[in-house]
Amino acid sequence: MTDTVLTDAAHPMPHITGYPAARDARCPFNPPAEVRTKTSERPVTKVQIWDGSTPWLVTRYADQHALLTDPRLSIDETLPGFPHMTRGRSETAKHTPPLITNTDAPEHTRLRRMVNMPFSVKRVEALRRSIQKIVDDLIDTMLAGNGPVDLVKALGLPVPTLVISELLGVPYDDHEFFQRNSNVTVSHTATEEEVAAASGALAGYLGELIDRKMAEPEDDVLSELAAKVTAGEMARMEAVIMGVAILIAGHETSANMISLGTLVLLQNPDQLDALRGAESPKAVAAAVEELLRYLTIVHTGVRRIALEDIAIGGEVIKAGDGVILDLSAANWDPEEFAEPDRLDLTRSARHHHAFGYGAHQCLGQTLARVELQVVYSTLYRRIPTLRLAVPPDEIEFAFEGVAYGLRSLPVTW
Amino acid sequence: MTFHVELDEPRCVASGQCAVVAPDVFDQRDDDGVAVILDESPADDLLDDVREAVAICPAAALRLVEG
Repeated sequence: MTDTVLTDAAHPMPHITGYPAARDARCPFNPPAEVRTKTSERPVTKVQIWDGSTPWLVTRYADQHALLTDPRLSIDETLPGFPHMTRGRSETAKHTPPLITNTDAPEHTRLRRMVNMPFSVKRVEALRRSIQKIVDDLIDTMLAGNGPVDLVKALGLPVPTLVISELLGVPYDDHEFFQRNSNVTVSHTATEEEVAAASGALAGYLGELIDRKMAEPEDDVLSELAAKVTAGEMARMEAVIMGVAILIAGHETSANMISLGTLVLLQNPDQLDALRGAESPKAVAAAVEELLRYLTIVHTGVRRIALEDIAIGGEVIKAGDGVILDLSAANWDPEEFAEPDRLDLTRSARHHHAFGYGAHQCLGQTLARVELQVVYSTLYRRIPTLRLAVPPDEIEFAFEGVAYGLRSLPVTW
Repeated sequence: MTFHVELDEPRCVASGQCAVVAPDVFDQRDDDGVAVILDESPADDLLDDVREAVAICPAAALRLVEG
């Protein structure tokens, strides 16, 4: 009893803060100061979210590492008390079929193994040469014109779309249609109707393409999905949803990493020089991991709900409580990454949580890594004089999405 | 001292991260990407890579045990 009283006196229940918190515009790469304070002072604490509910916020790396493989935490977003990201997400959750994003093991394991095939390590490595050509061609186009150009449009968005086109097996002649519509689906300025129309157009297009590949299969993912439909292992609609999901999930996140990574490297010229001079693929791979850690673009926390009581970080998360795990806080936890605010491309950062952790860790992480390795090892070597075309404080960030990014990045050379 | 790699296969979510960081010891099954152990008793010079694979496995499905 005495212990309890002492503990309570030493750690009075703090004022519950709102989550997510806004970043400081002067240091936009840093997780918000109030979140970082929690990591050191109260690593498991309650926060208030949009609907007034008060789920737990977990900010320490070690706690997240333990919780995200703990079967007592569930991702079933239909359970009452699940801490949804937005009102919209809480509404759609009621009607969403079982997917890899809302099921626990063993159902999740079965579904994930079914959709995993395009992202196996061998398959992604086999794409590396195509990815290099895509990046080289886009840089050729940049260099054929004059600066300034918007790097988001010239490289960030087209790289992932063209790579996914290649992976799915979208014919080259349809790339323009494909790219135009997928850009609308991730646009910050498009209306809801425009986004719905673009998603519909893509789904319709992919459905027809799957039908064609049923008759004339090629060596690509849509042909494999088509074969599963023919074999009765998958409904046609599931194959189409899968195709659209592959396209959209990897599009904006990779685009954001390309433009944000370039911005942060231009602001850290010594690190940029080191990367430009890096001889070994291992050094480039390490640089990618550090940029993933430092930027941790998924900045609004991954969400779970407790199925049983869980004691962690000096608190007890009760069965039915919502839990938010702030990935950027864990990747800036000084207990795990010394001097986290220093960008150090030689740091050993491979174990970061930028792709999440646990069974729901990003399905496309291997592909994202190869894309970033190719871009970061090519762009600054081919355009060594690359620089910002506007003062840094004029660069506009987009913080409203699940992943933060840049509205545009004007560069010249 | 020898070490032995163990895979708890039902837990594996086929992320393939072990095959990226320790390709001499791990591979992925062709049809569903589930991890395959190529070398159950890896030599000393591979142990650092194996330890990293164990640490980053998102499903906590790998173990490195002595003996």
